[in-house]
Amino acid sequence: MNITLNGKDKSLHKAMSVTDLLTGLELTPETVVVEINTTILQPDSYQSTILAEGDQVEIIRFVGGG
Amino acid sequence: MLTIAGTEFSSRLFLGTGKFSSSSVMAEAIAASGCQMVTVALRRIDLDNPEDDIMKALGQRPYTFLPNTSGARNAEEAIRLAHIARAASGSPWLKLEVTPDPRTLLPDPVETLIATEKLAKDGFIVLPYINADPILALKLQDVGAAAVMPLGSPIGTNQGVLSDSMVEIIIEQARVPVVVDAGIGAPSHAAYAMEMGADAVLVNTAISIAGDPVAMAAAFAKAVEAGRTAYVAGMGQRSKQASASSPEKGTLSSDLGFLT
Repeated sequence: MNITLNGKDKSLHKAMSVTDLLTGLELTPETVVVEINTTILQPDSYQSTILAEGDQVEIIRFVGGG
Repeated sequence: MLTIAGTEFSSRLFLGTGKFSSSSVMAEAIAASGCQMVTVALRRIDLDNPEDDIMKALGQRPYTFLPNTSGARNAEEAIRLAHIARAASGSPWLKLEVTPDPRTLLPDPVETLIATEKLAKDGFIVLPYINADPILALKLQDVGAAAVMPLGSPIGTNQGVLSDSMVEIIIEQARVPVVVDAGIGAPSHAAYAMEMGADAVLVNTAISIAGDPVAMAAAFAKAVEAGRTAYVAGMGQRSKQASASSPEKGTLSSDLGFLT
């Protein structure tokens, strides 16, 4: 299954929740915002949200800025 | 005391967190500045090269976080970023920035007005970054901006408050706080804006790229305080005609006979 993750193609070898994705990327869920197909996902639904073919996933966080 | 949307700030210096050499220098500079409001940006994580989480250095501190919408080129993109910012920060504070041209980074007034109105209705505390346009500043207040942030000069240019005569009109007409943002390159620029009656200034590049950012942050804090104190004390009027500081009576000018 293929998704687009932060603008790049990514293949997933098995069904995966958003929690699984973040764990695999070694990202702490509290420090990021996840958008799927331009909809912001609430953190309490990371576990229950299973990624689907063609999903556009954005993982965003704060950086330094003026 | 400065009040924006019901929140009080004893410091009138706001700091941007971009371009610091490290998180620890940034945290030290923020502490030295005494500021209580810091801006942050939102970006996609570079998954091949994830940087340190900035909130590790900033979190658990008594600042109001002001996420910006930098990178947005129109109202739609800014609104999308605003919602991501609110999800990330858990707070409605927002520096609205809509800059369609990466060369000048000048703000789009039309898109900024559209986005301010929508976001204010949606419960955001919106501080729009604008060109120093007095009419636009009034319109933004009418649609719910919590403050206005006119530029001194383009972002990151260190040119100072080139827009001073327009900023003066904005301040004179404002019913919300006026924060001079962008282009402030030296403590004297910050003091100048504060002497004019600006409610606060936002500084980033001048501090973050200084030889010693921590010392520069302290210098800006003093300048902002000096400028504010001078404004409250009441500045003298500018005049082209000289006006003697020393008494004119009793000078020797009428009796220079000894020189002949």
